[in-house]
Amino acid sequence: MIDWLADPLAHGFTVRALIEISLLGLVSGAVGCWVVLFGISYSAESLAHGMFPGLVGAALLGLPLLVGGAAGIILAGLLIGLVGRLSGDSADTAIAVVVTSLFGLGVLLALSPESPPGIQALLFGDPLGVTEGQLIATALIGAAVLVVLRTGHDRFLAVGFDDAPGRIRGLSPALIQTLLLVLVAVTVLVGVQALGNLLVAAILVGPAAAARLLSSRMKSMILLSAGIAIFSGVAGLYLSFHARVAAGAAIVACLLAAYLLATLIARARTGITRMPPIRKEPADERASQLV
Amino acid sequence: MSNRHSSREPVIRAAHATLGYEGTPVLHGLEFQVPAGSRVGILGPNGGGKTTLFRALTGEIAPLSGDLKVRATTATVAQTDRSRLDYPVSALDVAAMGALARLPWWKRPGRSERRQALESLTMVGLADLADATFGDLSGGQRQRVLIARALTADAELLLMDEPFTGLDATSEQRLEELIDRLAANGRTVMIATHEVEQAERWDLVLCLNGEQISFGDPASAISKPVLEATYGGHIVEIPGQPELGVLPAHHHHHGDAERPGR
Ligand SMILES: Nc1ncnc2c1ncn2[C@@H]1O[C@H](COP(=O)(O)OP(=O)(O)O)[C@@H](O)[C@H]1O
Ligand SMILES: [Mg+2]
Repeated sequence: MIDWLADPLAHGFTVRALIEISLLGLVSGAVGCWVVLFGISYSAESLAHGMFPGLVGAALLGLPLLVGGAAGIILAGLLIGLVGRLSGDSADTAIAVVVTSLFGLGVLLALSPESPPGIQALLFGDPLGVTEGQLIATALIGAAVLVVLRTGHDRFLAVGFDDAPGRIRGLSPALIQTLLLVLVAVTVLVGVQALGNLLVAAILVGPAAAARLLSSRMKSMILLSAGIAIFSGVAGLYLSFHARVAAGAAIVACLLAAYLLATLIARARTGITRMPPIRKEPADERASQLV
Repeated sequence: MSNRHSSREPVIRAAHATLGYEGTPVLHGLEFQVPAGSRVGILGPNGGGKTTLFRALTGEIAPLSGDLKVRATTATVAQTDRSRLDYPVSALDVAAMGALARLPWWKRPGRSERRQALESLTMVGLADLADATFGDLSGGQRQRVLIARALTADAELLLMDEPFTGLDATSEQRLEELIDRLAANGRTVMIATHEVEQAERWDLVLCLNGEQISFGDPASAISKPVLEATYGGHIVEIPGQPELGVLPAHHHHHGDAERPGR
């Protein structure tokens, strides 16, 4: 058992992968809670897919992935705004049109004969190929995201609850929602190096959705979500090391297992608590003695 | 919590005000003044303009013409059926959100804000449910938590949009008592309601139906012609009160057995 745990640590690349996936789990787990709470999972996934041509372009030109991804996200955002305005369709439709087109374009680029080998890592990720420089970038950007989340925690929570204007001094609900989308974009951008374009949404949404089923307070939800994300990431890496399966696939399998487990636990719990009527009447009684 | 407007200046002053959306007027002829510490009932059919007036009072929309002045910090108490019951917050969390109306954007609510939120919950009689999950509370309790949030925001003017909708008789009575206490503390409370008899017990009444039908103390501002103009054709006789004689058709009448002593 100890060997099973210690063996992967003998290699620098697995240690780097473990650190990277833990950092990503922490940040994605926290950001993902807001994604789930605000119901913007679809936008988050779209951001990941929309930047694909940018990633492929960067790989073709030999630029850092972060740069290509950032350019891709900005381009996707501008196109979504433009298509939305030109067609007058709902935001959903504009996003779908732009993102599927961009993703298709990215795939065409990736399949072109000039494309260097290893480009499929952009789709499925390559946690074992993470460099020290990428680790540092993840740590710095992740820390910045967490600081913003912590500073804005109460405002995010209030806007998600009900976003009457004027209820929050100096910040409009629209501004807060935009800020949240920017945080999601940055998180996706950082996560894409290790997890790839297709799987990055899984670590953003999966643990948060699982934690949502099991928590009734935002703080515990965030902690649980980050915990699930880190644990699934680490477990997935071990699985991939020992069972010799693709790391990205193993991590996603663990995320899915965690979500299913959370569903079962939540089911079992409501089964127990639903039996006595816990709502309304008794609580109302207690309050009436006070008034 | 004393009356902050010791002068006789009204908290709200409407002069020839017209309200509407994107240039299209929906509420004409607003002409009224509300002194601090009043309970003001707003009567009107669905679509009569009650919510629109509240939006204008919070500054969410500007008058299309005329003048609408509010000299008070204002908070809306939304309808609880618009709040999310599966939201991961406690009653205290919601009450503490009121502090965000005052704090600069970089400051997080701290211990003193949470203490204030607890005081607000005590004021609305929910201190012992501070740690309960918001969505687990009854409709009446959720309504009072939202009022507590307005109190934490230090609101001097509270706008309650149909707060009695969906409440049982006990919760309804408790909310009425709370409104009385808020007004006794010098806060101004405006309540949109469908119940004429309720508005009669308050200090002032404003009847709206696309325009201001009447305003004043209930004894003079509510009459059969006024209610007919307010509710259009949708009126019925109040049993046993032919001299007043009208009620909105969608009024859900509470039997006397439910509320003894009325
Ligand atoms: N956001 C809006 N844009 C345009 N018209 C609106 C809007 N909200 C309400 N209205 C219109 O304004 C009128 C008054 O509505 P409202 O103030 O909601 O009435 P009430 O609250 O008394 O039911 C209605 O005719 C309604 O259709
Ligand atoms: Mg309304």
